[in-house]
Amino acid sequence: MTAPDLSALWLTLQLAGVVTLILMVIATPLALWLARTRSPARPVIEALTALPLVLPPTVLGFYLLLAFNPASGFGRFWLALTGETLTFSFAGLVIASVIYSLPFAVQPLQAGFAAQGRGVDETAASLGAGPVDRFFGVTLPLARRAYLTAAVLSFAHTLGEFGVVLMVGGNIPGKTRLISIAIYERVETLDYAAAHGLSAILLIFAFSVLLVLYIVNNRAAERALR
Amino acid sequence: MTGLDLNIRLQRLNFTLEIDLDIALSGITALFGRSGAGKSSLLRVIGGFERAEGRLRYGGSLWQDRGHFVPPYRRGVATVFQSPTLFAHLDVAGNLAFAARRAGRTGDLAAMAGRFGLTALLKQPVHTLSGGEAQRVALARALLTDPKLILMDEPISALDQAARSEILQYIEALRDETKVPILYVSHSVAEVARLADRILLLEEGRVLGFGPTAAILSDNAAGPAFGGEEPGSLISARVAAMTADGLCALRFSGGTILTPDPLGAEGTEVRLLIRARDVMLATERPAGISALNVLPATVSAIEPVGPVSALVRLDCGGTALGARITQRSVKALGLTPGAPCHAILKTVALARD
Repeated sequence: MTAPDLSALWLTLQLAGVVTLILMVIATPLALWLARTRSPARPVIEALTALPLVLPPTVLGFYLLLAFNPASGFGRFWLALTGETLTFSFAGLVIASVIYSLPFAVQPLQAGFAAQGRGVDETAASLGAGPVDRFFGVTLPLARRAYLTAAVLSFAHTLGEFGVVLMVGGNIPGKTRLISIAIYERVETLDYAAAHGLSAILLIFAFSVLLVLYIVNNRAAERALR
Repeated sequence: MTGLDLNIRLQRLNFTLEIDLDIALSGITALFGRSGAGKSSLLRVIGGFERAEGRLRYGGSLWQDRGHFVPPYRRGVATVFQSPTLFAHLDVAGNLAFAARRAGRTGDLAAMAGRFGLTALLKQPVHTLSGGEAQRVALARALLTDPKLILMDEPISALDQAARSEILQYIEALRDETKVPILYVSHSVAEVARLADRILLLEEGRVLGFGPTAAILSDNAAGPAFGGEEPGSLISARVAAMTADGLCALRFSGGTILTPDPLGAEGTEVRLLIRARDVMLATERPAGISALNVLPATVSAIEPVGPVSALVRLDCGGTALGARITQRSVKALGLTPGAPCHAILKTVALARD
């Protein structure tokens, strides 16, 4: 494997890792709220959260590109805050990927929290546990499998994204050049051997993490049945 | 005795709970009524799981008022739900420790486990427990929080028959041993007759009555709250002796009752439930009759029930007893308030589920 390809792979893993960590933190309160609220605003928020599932990545990327532009409010705010523009930067990739992979984190967590039901949380409250105490003492440990699913799906989905990152990140080696973009470039230049190598890495990785995830979930389901 | 003072209104889809109440709680107070009467909703308001409009005070603490709301975890109220809601990621000991740690009572854990027969189960994951065992863990866990009030929402209705009678014994022991008032939601007459000291009767989100168990059961015999099921009269009795031919003699204020059921050792307190339709009346003491129990009584009131029947209320040595007979029989026997008569008990049932 060539040095540029290795650097693309490493950058991709870094991006996926950072995005997964951020998503676990952001998706937790959102999924908790969605699982428990009786608010009429719930379907609106649910639809917004699920939007990246159905929207063409180029559409999402296009809007993000506009928002990241220093001429826009958000772009100007970021420039004033950090001294750098968001377009064609790693930070821009992180923000775009967090939005793009949000449903893959929120939906498993929401299902996991909803499956716990009200009773367990109310019982913990009646035993004297406050909200934070209840979350770390009961809700979080009972949602372990949901967190595993959410983290694996977010990580794997971020690894494979192409359209959004191409729109907002471009193809700057070592900065925004991710593995999926490197593969595209290899194919365009008819370097099929290198494209094969990189594609195989992604394929094997994606299959392996999904296999591990399903094995763990099946085992847990069997334990619950016994 | 701790005062429960509330004036609340809870509006839900096609249901309104409107309760204005100032009562003293001790022992077990049953929240009784048909399903949909608002029993569980009221319990959830008291526990702090539903926020109703209005004011709620328990003992010296104001739990809810305009702009003031004490969350469930600061009320010192332990709730035992219909399903045991144990924490599946912890074993039995972990579930007990969860409550004990937060109340600063970890030292009492072993004793509490022993009291509920859980010592051998402490290291077991909760998904291996039977329904009865799980509910025992839930009871022990609730007590370990050192609560000021215990709420029980139909705690035995999801259990099988054997587990029910086991849990009922633990709840009875709890009632007799602790000073903590218990609010107990149920729609089973037998359960309430056996457990409750007082009944708060609910119907369509409103209070229909409150008072001692025996009085509420007999006063509302024909009322809608029992959904056509006639509650019967509650008699508190004590096992006096076993007869030579194997019958159990029970003494109460109105005399002695004999039953073929072995009800325990001499001195055991039991509650009997006598249904009004199982009581016949005679103006003279009948001879040549197979019924074992004929009790002298005085008619205290006669209330018509529908077009043909009547409920005859009797005073049996200070214990109230109801007899359901036809209005024709009332006339034929010439029954009037104050008249002496004899009550013939066809069957005697122990008040148990």
